[in-house]
Amino acid sequence: MTRKPSPVESLAVHVALLAAVAFALYPVLWVASIAFSGVRPPVPEVLPIPNQPTLEHLEAVVTTSQKVGGEPIWLFPRQLANSVVVALATAAVGVTIAVPAAYALARFRFAGKDRGLRALLATQMFPTVASAIPLYLLLDALGLLNSRTGLVLCYASTAVPFSIFQLRAAFEAIPVDLEEAAMVDGATRFQAFLRVVLPAARPAIAVTTLFAIMTAYNEFILAATLLSKEEMFTLPVVLQRYIGEHDAQWERFAAGALLVSLPVMGAFYLVQRHLVAGLTTGGVKG
Amino acid sequence: MPSRRRRRRRPALAALALVLLVPALAVAAPIRLWHAYRDDEARALGAIVAAFQGEEVELLAVPFDAYASKLQAAIPRGQGPDLFIDAHERLGDYGARKLVAPVGDALEADGEAVFQGPALAAVRQGGEILGLPISQKCMALYMNTALAQEAPAFLEDIAALAGALPQGVYPLVYEASNAYAHMPILAAFGGAMLDENDKFGLFGPGPERSLELVRSLIARRVVPEDADGALVTDLFNAGRAAFVISGPWFVGGLTDEAKRSSRVVPLPKVRETGRPMRPFMTVEAVMLSPQGAQRAEARALARHLAGAAAAATRLEVARTPPVRNDVAVPADDAFIAAFTEQAKVAIPMPTSPAMRSTWEPSARAIRKVLRGDAPPDVALSEAKRRFDDVRRPLPPPASPAPLLVALGALALVLVLRWVSAAKGAVRGPTLRQSLPAYRYVAHAVVAIGVLVLVPLVIGAATSLFAGSGEGLRYVGLANFISILTARGGPLFSSGSFYLVLAVTVLWTAVNLFFHVLLGVSLALLLHRPTLRLRALYRVLLIVPWAVPSYVTALSWKGMFHRQFGAVTGLIEAVNAAFGTSIAPIAWFSSFTTAFTANVTTNVWLGFPFMMVVTLGALTAVPEEVLEAAEVDGASRWQRLWKITLPLIRPVLAPAVTLGAIWTFNMFNVVFLVSGGDPDGTTDILVSEAYRWAFTREAQYGYAAAYSVLIFLLLTLATRATGWRRRTPGSILPRGGGAAGGPLPAPAAATEAV
Repeated sequence: MTRKPSPVESLAVHVALLAAVAFALYPVLWVASIAFSGVRPPVPEVLPIPNQPTLEHLEAVVTTSQKVGGEPIWLFPRQLANSVVVALATAAVGVTIAVPAAYALARFRFAGKDRGLRALLATQMFPTVASAIPLYLLLDALGLLNSRTGLVLCYASTAVPFSIFQLRAAFEAIPVDLEEAAMVDGATRFQAFLRVVLPAARPAIAVTTLFAIMTAYNEFILAATLLSKEEMFTLPVVLQRYIGEHDAQWERFAAGALLVSLPVMGAFYLVQRHLVAGLTTGGVKG
Repeated sequence: MPSRRRRRRRPALAALALVLLVPALAVAAPIRLWHAYRDDEARALGAIVAAFQGEEVELLAVPFDAYASKLQAAIPRGQGPDLFIDAHERLGDYGARKLVAPVGDALEADGEAVFQGPALAAVRQGGEILGLPISQKCMALYMNTALAQEAPAFLEDIAALAGALPQGVYPLVYEASNAYAHMPILAAFGGAMLDENDKFGLFGPGPERSLELVRSLIARRVVPEDADGALVTDLFNAGRAAFVISGPWFVGGLTDEAKRSSRVVPLPKVRETGRPMRPFMTVEAVMLSPQGAQRAEARALARHLAGAAAAATRLEVARTPPVRNDVAVPADDAFIAAFTEQAKVAIPMPTSPAMRSTWEPSARAIRKVLRGDAPPDVALSEAKRRFDDVRRPLPPPASPAPLLVALGALALVLVLRWVSAAKGAVRGPTLRQSLPAYRYVAHAVVAIGVLVLVPLVIGAATSLFAGSGEGLRYVGLANFISILTARGGPLFSSGSFYLVLAVTVLWTAVNLFFHVLLGVSLALLLHRPTLRLRALYRVLLIVPWAVPSYVTALSWKGMFHRQFGAVTGLIEAVNAAFGTSIAPIAWFSSFTTAFTANVTTNVWLGFPFMMVVTLGALTAVPEEVLEAAEVDGASRWQRLWKITLPLIRPVLAPAVTLGAIWTFNMFNVVFLVSGGDPDGTTDILVSEAYRWAFTREAQYGYAAAYSVLIFLLLTLATRATGWRRRTPGSILPRGGGAAGGPLPAPAAATEAV
């Protein structure tokens, strides 16, 4: 296959990647350092090392509880579950709706296609500043305020257009011969789509799903506006609580942020294995 | 069969029972109480609510940032709380929006005597009492008794400590560039943020002298520059602040050691004027929503929350100074005594909605002066102009007739075009051919229609209105005209649409360039088949994107702090290592550096997206083509430019287009990192829109007009670049057409049907 690169070249590549990793990790390490610091000395420091390391902030974030009807309930696991469920549902709804539409946009000619695509792109151009309140009115009309379903629908409203764009491009990159061969063998168009195109597009679908999950998982403005029960809050809303009118508890905020990020990093780790699988099994080559 | 029928009937019965029960449930609904408290205050509230004998209470702690907008959205639709706890200065606004109702019998019979006069006066609006005071908050002077033993009589006495304190210790630490924290000094010079007629008060000789004084304090290193709340806390905890001006909330962030050596005393006088420093006072009050005011049990809860027992609990658990005359403060409680003493001379925050419009212009002016960018008189008269700009009178109501005519005409044109298109389609095979495709897209069309288009159209329609509540009126295109004419000012003045647009375009272009450059380069490096540790690199490089962006944006802001940021630390380390003498940079004091800080943050946030998209695209590049090219003698560089990049371009193009749109509308980074500093120059269109909607008296119509303009601009831009196929919005060079070259035309492999 490809010949072995020279050691100098390998070294250069690793140096470049390490520099990028340093750039990527430095601010995050600061967040971690703050999360574990007992006290922060106000002097400019270069290395993000926790000062007087402590776990109290993590503990404070994890052990929040609230009394509901006399029974104290432990909120953190519920809120984590809310976040995860909402994010997964958003991705499921968004990608399920987007996959066939993206396929049609990639493969079929039909009346209104160009106009539809332009309109779809146009929906992305309107800043959410102005559409948040109408969205609230809409959910109120649908009776979906203060429900996870309503939140999922809101998030899906950004996930669907985005996923359609991403997946359409991915489907276009898959050679048409694959489906045509299947259809010559007697498969219907839909069967060819299900059995041939979808598996070939698996890496792209995985990445798109991850995008949708992350966007939903990190959002807090809509979640704070729509949800009105503490045990229904998602974690980013809870994090936001550490920032008050006059003061902010950065240590807790940072500790919470780390906890919130861990599942996302885990999710990426899983998806990237999927990516690698797509690479090696050579779905594209059929 | 019979058993099945019976089973079917059961859910029906259950449903019937549920319907019958609903009215009963509605009566027994718990009382909903919203607050934005944390920690001790939240604990105190929990204990107070637990002691309430009556209906069940449902508590909800809302993040402070979302509090006001949530109340605004929920209460008019009956989805809000029965009671909520908020600061009295919002009452003017809430009253106008009908979010609060008079407390009625929630005020005890002898309430006028029980509550302290100023606290009760604060919640009185036009003769009606719109809330029950539960606590008052104002700033006072914290002293570190290890560094200073005597309560100073004059501010100048604190300044005189400058030489006497140990190295690195500031005599006085407070958020000097924050208008709220500047108020005490301003008041000592006879100034006010707002005059009696709701006009901007922060200008004239007194306010100018107050700013000159603070500037000289910073120049003499009595006060640190650019201190934010976290830094104030850190300096005090580290024993590097002899005095701090802050409120009761400050204690929460102190270490046990710092707490032990701290003491609170009332603020001193300013010798220059001989007058005392008077802080703003905020009265926290229980407010009843219109729906809650109807419920006797909600009013009973309000009475309980503002009662003597509750005040005692708050005093004990949260150390909140009481506002009731019948709650005794322990004689030896110096903390409570000091704040109670300070409250006597504090100035209740004006309740006028105009107050909200003072913060932004005054903060900008103060920062400008303290940084030495402008003399006080210039900065303050500019602030006054900005304030008047925000408070300009509403445009006159317009007749909706032209709109209706235009809409009718538009509808007619659309119908005619649709009919002719349909005719053409029926004649030709297009529509029939389209049917299978429609089966695939129908649900997406419905979903997007309902979830995206409906809110968008309502949002866009808002741009034709101005005012709020009863003052809401249709104004036609007045908002657009006002924006496009820079509200009568010079077209390229600071904050004008055109200047902000120029910054936005620059912002988008620079960011996108670096996003694609970094993202594609890293993806190509990661895609090398011989690379070791690839999975590890990939996971680490994705990290910026996995941590919520509002957290990391704030982390970057901290790193760019001039005195204490990590970037300054790096500069010092470089200076130490190489003997250079690079001066620390005040990142947010000039456009270039503030813009650079924003771009750095956003590039950091955005490159993983491009990297992952590129990685996905690279998996679809067939290995054989590259191998064939190699056999044909194409150099590595040629393979990259002529095969790989053209092949991944179709996948990258929509990502780049979307990336451009997102960057154009990237609000978080600009708002959190530079916050528009210096002086609003780094604001982009969407952060301007946000300010109009949320910090400038909720001018939603105006903000919506900005949004519509953004929408139109982006539509024009994407049309002009013909993003769809010919020249995708990618900035990558087009390498496909190497005429006569040995390479296969790569586009053919990916071209759609």
